[in-house]
Amino acid sequence: MAENTTLDDYREQIAQCVRCGACQAHCPVYLETGREGSVARGKIVLAAAVLAGEVGLEERLREEMSLCLLCGSCVVKCPNRVPTDGIVGALRRQLADRHGLSAIGKGVAALTGSKPLLRTLLKGADLLSPLLFKKIPQSSGLHLRFSPDLLRDRSLPPLPERSLFALMPEFLEGEADKPLIGIFAGCAITYLYPEVGELLVRLPHSLGFSVFFPKDQGCCGMPAFSSGNGPLIGKLADANIAAFATRKVETILTACASCHGMLAGHYAEKAGNPFAGELVDIHVFLAHEGLIDRLAALPRWPQRIRVAYHDPCHLRAAGIVKQPRDLLRALPQVDYVEMEDAGLCCGLGGTFTAAHPELSRAIADRKVAGLRASGAAIVASGCPGCILQLQDIVDRAGLPVKAVHTLELIGQALAGPSP
Amino acid sequence: MREHHLLEQLAEIVGTAHVSANIVDRITHSFDATQQQWLPDLVVHPATAEEVSRIVRLANAERIPVLPRGAGSGFTGGSLPVRGGIVVVLTRMNRILEIDTDNLIAVVEPGVVTGWLQREVERLGLFYPPDPASKDFSTLGGNIAECAGGPRCVKYGVTRDYVLGLEVVTPTGEIVHTGGRTMKNVVGYDLTRLFVGSEGTLGIVTRITLRLLPKPEARKTMLVAFASIDGAAQAVSAIIRGKIIPTTLEFMDAAAIACVRKATPLDLPLACRAVLIVEVDGDKALLAGQAARIREIIQPLGVLETRIAETDEESEAIWKVRRSVSPSLRNLNPNKFNEDIVVPRSKVPDMIRALEQLSNRHGVPIVNFGHAGDGNIHVNVMVDLSEPGMGATVQQVLHEIFRTATELGGSISGEHGIGTAKAPFIAMELDRATLDTMRTIKRALDPNNIMNPGKIFPDEAPGTAFTSAGS
Repeated sequence: MAENTTLDDYREQIAQCVRCGACQAHCPVYLETGREGSVARGKIVLAAAVLAGEVGLEERLREEMSLCLLCGSCVVKCPNRVPTDGIVGALRRQLADRHGLSAIGKGVAALTGSKPLLRTLLKGADLLSPLLFKKIPQSSGLHLRFSPDLLRDRSLPPLPERSLFALMPEFLEGEADKPLIGIFAGCAITYLYPEVGELLVRLPHSLGFSVFFPKDQGCCGMPAFSSGNGPLIGKLADANIAAFATRKVETILTACASCHGMLAGHYAEKAGNPFAGELVDIHVFLAHEGLIDRLAALPRWPQRIRVAYHDPCHLRAAGIVKQPRDLLRALPQVDYVEMEDAGLCCGLGGTFTAAHPELSRAIADRKVAGLRASGAAIVASGCPGCILQLQDIVDRAGLPVKAVHTLELIGQALAGPSP
Repeated sequence: MREHHLLEQLAEIVGTAHVSANIVDRITHSFDATQQQWLPDLVVHPATAEEVSRIVRLANAERIPVLPRGAGSGFTGGSLPVRGGIVVVLTRMNRILEIDTDNLIAVVEPGVVTGWLQREVERLGLFYPPDPASKDFSTLGGNIAECAGGPRCVKYGVTRDYVLGLEVVTPTGEIVHTGGRTMKNVVGYDLTRLFVGSEGTLGIVTRITLRLLPKPEARKTMLVAFASIDGAAQAVSAIIRGKIIPTTLEFMDAAAIACVRKATPLDLPLACRAVLIVEVDGDKALLAGQAARIREIIQPLGVLETRIAETDEESEAIWKVRRSVSPSLRNLNPNKFNEDIVVPRSKVPDMIRALEQLSNRHGVPIVNFGHAGDGNIHVNVMVDLSEPGMGATVQQVLHEIFRTATELGGSISGEHGIGTAKAPFIAMELDRATLDTMRTIKRALDPNNIMNPGKIFPDEAPGTAFTSAGS
């Protein structure tokens, strides 16, 4: 089984923090709280104090460590690239080992650790249905992650009847001289946005590639990482390795920034990128395959729509900012507009929104001014989590804006104007 | 227990959510960018001047130190709780209260980040010039306490030149108001200037009135490669003599260039021993002419190459060279001693030569870059403190650096302040009578020495730091 890092593994990197404070300018949580314990520098000093035995694994420490979106903004801007997200992950695992998982962490484990449960929940049922929730024991962590109370005020996509696994075959034959492409869909695309998943499978196939979409794949492990569940990270990584091991794939595509971030090993986890193939974000892949020129060559639609782009943290942190914009600019039905603060975090942060709903909303609302000023009717992004959150943001602000995945606009352009 | 009693009283002032005596909060407020750590006893986050005043009155009555703190990004220990006490964090007081476009004034609270104010005023076509390297995270309260500078001060001056008025909580808890909203104001002593740069030792600023300028229409950046540091230094004087005041005149010495070269491919002639980055701003129509004039003036001074940016991207590429210096320093040695001496512009070559000799004599790398236009040199002594005897060598080198700077008619700190880091050296620059006058002022305002004690004055210097792994 893949092994997780411990706080001790980060000793050297922790010592590289020069306490300059540059992380303060980029931390979405610190921008709201203004508290030193919220930001990377404060967390690193605490990690050093834990290593030195100057502070125990106490409740106040757990609170401070829970105040991190794992967005990686601080890592990218750190002059010494200190991996605060990895350090927080290691410390959360240490805290979970000592005190057990939080209620939310248990919910995550129940949900992402068990595919049959996730399938059953979604099979023709409304996730939010009070009836369904009555069937789940009160003690289940699912109540905390997806409790009606928490979701009551939130905009959610209509739940699809069938998951991506039911919609797509496991293998699509392409041209003989083109390599085999693997597809890692992730939970949100599989169960909440299967229409995005269809595009993720069909677009590379339409470019001539053979496509492998193994149905034994599961969760990327991000929620487990976020909640400090070390054993589950390893278990999921093992399952995903096994799922992709049956065929030789050179490239594995993702359309979920968070899955990409987790699997590409931005957390410097030993469990990172479990695959033999290279993990590639779909935008980068399509740009590389010349789709930008192909889209730009299409006749411009007479009726175009104004579109802005929101950078998912886990693409921005990986340096993937240009390709999604270039693709959007090339679309024949789109007038692209760059919105102010496109790179600000949406505030979802996986389980962060469940643990700190008010703070999550305050962070989210920083997006409103830029969205409003852009005049966009659509905000596109490259992460289902961001899309979920963005729709909630604009709905609460009363803006007539729809949040979509970039792939949906690309799919629309390739299908041509409706007659 | 005294602490418990204080905690209760502070909670009464600011609410229980905004005060803590927990070890976790004490540790997260124990440090600044000097990487030293000293544990405070309590941490409090007030929201109003009234709350700050009540906190200070309490501390004064209890004779417990008070440490004002903004972003905690200072380089000289200004916010370190070297004698414990109450850290007063001002980040909740972060509102821009007013931007007055008729009188070109902004009124802000101390926790406003400098870069945020700049962004907001620039939306309105206005300009707040001071631009310390930390402007994206340091606060205006901190900038005022340290009188922060920055590259643009060649043309625009430093923080003190933009402060019109202050609201300050004094060490006895009085709320006083200095200056006002007008450019002209000669009523009573100029207390504004006294508080600006006082490093939090005379009071806590709770409201700030700043002067703004119209935003220059455009700027133009050029990079000039020189065969020698003398050429670069002479160029600085020649440009000023030519009646052009650039916005910025940044330089990098041979050691800095070598350092960047090792880290990233650098498109500069191999013979290049110094680089000047010159930026002019103003009306778009005039800038191209100014850039051409600068090129003409400096051409005879051993210029190897001049690059004038035609686009924002080219300008950004030039600034990237300058910004690459700091991160690349770590490749030399793990420990950095970053000093910010200043000498008269014309003495920059003498200072650089002296630094080169010091570097050779003691066998430690010294990398220099900074604001040539105002003679403010960032001297980076790069060492490995795990080498035996290195601690003593560094102290010796720093001592000689400061002595040389003062002998050349300069100063031991241009923009970082004294704090704890430079307190032992202050007498090299200030004579006894001057230092005594400062002490008299301090005693008059702070009879119990509770306001940020242990800073500036050498006999107040702290003992041993709270240590932690990784520091």
